[in-house]
Amino acid sequence: MNRLPAPHGGKLIYRVNEEKNIDGMERIEISNDLAHDIENIAYGVFSPLEGFLCREDFENVLYNMRLSNDLPWTIPIVFDLKNMELKEGDEIVLFAKNGMVATFEIEEIYGYDKKEYAEKVFKTTDVQHPGVKKIMEMGSKLAGGKIELVKRGDEEFEEYHLMPHETRILFKEKGWKEIVAFQTRNVPHLGHEYVQKTALTFVDGIFINPIIGKKKKGDFKDEVIIKAYDALIKHYYLKDRAVLSILRTEMRYAGPREAIFHAIMRKNFGCTHFIVGRDHAGVGNYYKPYEAHDIFKEFPDLGITPIFFKSFFYCKKCGHVVNEKICPHENEYHIYYSGTAIRKMIRAGEVPPENMMRKEVAEIVMSYDNPFVD
Amino acid sequence: MTEEKGKYTTVSIPTPLAEKIKKRIEGTGFTSISSYVTYVLRELLASMEEEEKEEVFSKEDEEKIKERLRALGYLD
Repeated sequence: MNRLPAPHGGKLIYRVNEEKNIDGMERIEISNDLAHDIENIAYGVFSPLEGFLCREDFENVLYNMRLSNDLPWTIPIVFDLKNMELKEGDEIVLFAKNGMVATFEIEEIYGYDKKEYAEKVFKTTDVQHPGVKKIMEMGSKLAGGKIELVKRGDEEFEEYHLMPHETRILFKEKGWKEIVAFQTRNVPHLGHEYVQKTALTFVDGIFINPIIGKKKKGDFKDEVIIKAYDALIKHYYLKDRAVLSILRTEMRYAGPREAIFHAIMRKNFGCTHFIVGRDHAGVGNYYKPYEAHDIFKEFPDLGITPIFFKSFFYCKKCGHVVNEKICPHENEYHIYYSGTAIRKMIRAGEVPPENMMRKEVAEIVMSYDNPFVD
Repeated sequence: MTEEKGKYTTVSIPTPLAEKIKKRIEGTGFTSISSYVTYVLRELLASMEEEEKEEVFSKEDEEKIKERLRALGYLD
């Protein structure tokens, strides 16, 4: 058996206890988004986290981009107390509309500075930023402590939903030793495919892992992304070289910090490499186009190798997808893959041309009256 | 490299080595000898902990996982 890279922190967290007796415990309803993150903690997607951050870890993450034990960690995973009247030492039941049930042992309740939180994580306090807006709507106190998952939520696309203990076995069974992960929240255009296949050429397999969950208005709907990738893989990838599986977590739009977070999650799935493109996890103009590349220099101990890509484009003279390193032709021959331009085209009812998007992918996107999040 | 905020301790290194590091980091992103040494040590320690050490699941659980993977079409 080949050995995959160790999970972040050395051990894959597994905090699932379906037999746990929850009779008599206070029950609090939470959002499906938060329920997804509880499942991610329980199944080790967020290893080494065993629950929501306590103050020391929270502050270390804000100021040093590390947990208090020095492990890289860039996005605070926190429980907002809002108006709940809870106290340290309580053990409560959290449940969500999707059917998820978990227990939460409140170890610490603490206050925090919202502006500082926003400034450190999102590099802005502008409430137009979706992440900042969310922080500003939170209560004044956070609660930290361990969780235990009693029942998983029941949602669509479960047949595409693998957890790290499953992908690790899957990769071993496939005989993959080096696996590159591709994070996405878009339907694939030819530029994405070129990036994926360029990376795949040097490793054993690719793990295409779209983020499914709360996104911003104008992003592609989850179903469209999944179906589009299914079609792309079916028609243009070798079955033994590509795995498609969803990741249920919300986009934070934290740009460079989120790129590190995305890489850590994929390391936990067993991946050795992680593709970082232009404006990774960005929104608006809050981050420089390649800021997410630069941040990786600060983490020599990340345990997953980033693969950086700059922009790809179609060259009419070369007759295929190229990049700035390999195409000698002038700008007038280049067609750039702009997500915004493609979305605009789709909204206007125009089918993206084949030098932009595979026809099988375009057919799926165009089959929806509205493929975008309202 | 960003200067970190938090708890620190002092480690002694030979002065000639510190001088070499001082020269080495000139014109780089490192702002101090400490930030350079921290970087190198993190890199070194991480390289020693790269491979997965233990199997989380029993053979029986592993078989159940493989069954699910086969049922979903991930494995033949």
